[in-house]
Amino acid sequence: MDIIVCIKRVPDLAEAGLEIAADGRGLRTEDLDFDINEWDDYAVEAAVRLKEQHGGVVTAITVGDEDAEEVLRRALAMGADQAILLDDAAFAGADPFAIATALHACIRSLPFDVVLCGAVTSDGASGQVGGMLAALLDVPQVALATGLEVDGGRARVRHEVEGGLEREVEVALPCLITAQSGLNQPRYVSIRGIRKVADVAIAARSAGDLGLAATAVGEAGSRVRLEGLLLPPAGKRAEILEGSLDAAVATLVERLRERGGL
Amino acid sequence: MKQVLVIAERRGAVLDEGVFELLTAARALAGGGGRVAAAVLGHGIGGLAAELARGFDRVFAFDDERLAEPDGDGDAQALLPLLARGGFDAVLLAHGNLGIDLAPGLSVRAGMPLLADCLELHWAGQSLAGTRAVYGGKVHARVVAAAGGTGAMATVRGGAFAPAGPGTVAGEVVAAALPAEFAPRRRPLRTLRPEAGEVDITQSERLVAVGRGIEDEDGLQLVRGLAAALGADLCASRPVVDKGWLPRSCQVGTSGVTVRPKLYVAVGISGSFQHMGGIKGSPFVVAINKDRAAPIFGVADVGIVGDLSEVVPALEAAIEEQKG
Repeated sequence: MDIIVCIKRVPDLAEAGLEIAADGRGLRTEDLDFDINEWDDYAVEAAVRLKEQHGGVVTAITVGDEDAEEVLRRALAMGADQAILLDDAAFAGADPFAIATALHACIRSLPFDVVLCGAVTSDGASGQVGGMLAALLDVPQVALATGLEVDGGRARVRHEVEGGLEREVEVALPCLITAQSGLNQPRYVSIRGIRKVADVAIAARSAGDLGLAATAVGEAGSRVRLEGLLLPPAGKRAEILEGSLDAAVATLVERLRERGGL
Repeated sequence: MKQVLVIAERRGAVLDEGVFELLTAARALAGGGGRVAAAVLGHGIGGLAAELARGFDRVFAFDDERLAEPDGDGDAQALLPLLARGGFDAVLLAHGNLGIDLAPGLSVRAGMPLLADCLELHWAGQSLAGTRAVYGGKVHARVVAAAGGTGAMATVRGGAFAPAGPGTVAGEVVAAALPAEFAPRRRPLRTLRPEAGEVDITQSERLVAVGRGIEDEDGLQLVRGLAAALGADLCASRPVVDKGWLPRSCQVGTSGVTVRPKLYVAVGISGSFQHMGGIKGSPFVVAINKDRAAPIFGVADVGIVGDLSEVVPALEAAIEEQKG
């Protein structure tokens, strides 16, 4: 079975104080840590499990610069067999459609039975790339998968649907599945595991290699233009209890008592 | 004056009430003299179409047994001719599970730009423009559809627009036919309802909620102690449930349970809209989080910024002392 998994390197937002870059179109990245997008981690795990069950080859693909190699190495350490980095200055400023365009141009020349993507990214959060890629590849897709089994040329997918329900559906291969968080428990990746795949060659592809004009990708090929980033209006803010831990906790107990919480 | 189409979502035999939020957005975009239409898909949906026709000027009803279950892949095939015919300046969907499943593929097939998960929509000249939350809600992005004359699609965040009241429009219901080449590629096998939990948190007046910030299961024990001291039930945000630390029936949010407590103590919860969307009834919200910039402090009433492993036991002790 040929399995492709599309992944992205994203900033870790958990405790980061985010600052908007001077051009107003990106973040200041100097102080940020980066890692694989959480949903893509589930997608890689699902891809590797399919290979372990059915045999085959897992190919991990990302769009990015040389820094993005680290998430490809991570996918290799988890069990992917090969990795492709779509790296070209022309890819910069891409919206989800332009990313899907680049991924499509790469994947269309590869054999595949299943394409896996994370359902959404923690940075851009649009949740569009998988569905757009499936339409470009003209294969059936199922979004927000919480369960996946492949058998006899068909994928049986459990996914989140309307009204907080889940539905189990079946589609023929080849197909594209987007992974919802909780699809599986991704395996642990050790430093040693990463070191083991340090010598695996990562294939780099430019827009030209993929047969794409520079105007078809990146900002020029985007259908949605980013005008700028801004910090959201403060709105109502919580009363933050400052001071020593004891003082803050004492005030909080008082607030709870005032509100009938005790 | 614009033409706007809303694609309605249904849950079984009822409309998702989000469609009336989309109606508000659509009316504002259409402007005076513009028209708003709805499309609804399903089997035996005459009643839903009639309900929509009280608020929308025109309702395209796709009524066919092959549309019995919502299916983002198949519904896109059904809707494509309506969009491809042109004439809609904007096409709106709710940014829920169906919108996420349906909109990206439909936008590609229809050749329309797609603005996802918008908090606000307006026209920038002739182009659809909006504001969306990125980077976990810590940053907003202003986006605009590239000019092209094909119209644009947008998915809209639940709660971003107030729902329109009961309408008196007496719109026209149009029976819309499926395209001849309609061939759904998904076979629905079964629909699953979430399992009920031991504790029905929808009925809880006091909830202590744990999120990703607890880091490990030891953290969960600390929070259990706090919940016991407060006489509260324990619930969680999605990451805790995904890790298998608490059952799915404890998950509060748009993809979990909707709760209506009077007190909500959020421990190590960032405050994503997916989580906050499951909290109704305006409870008193207490937030404990080590990230001062976490969105939860934008919605909480009172908060402490600090290490959970210190704050939670200290709070538990202070509550016990108060109780005497």
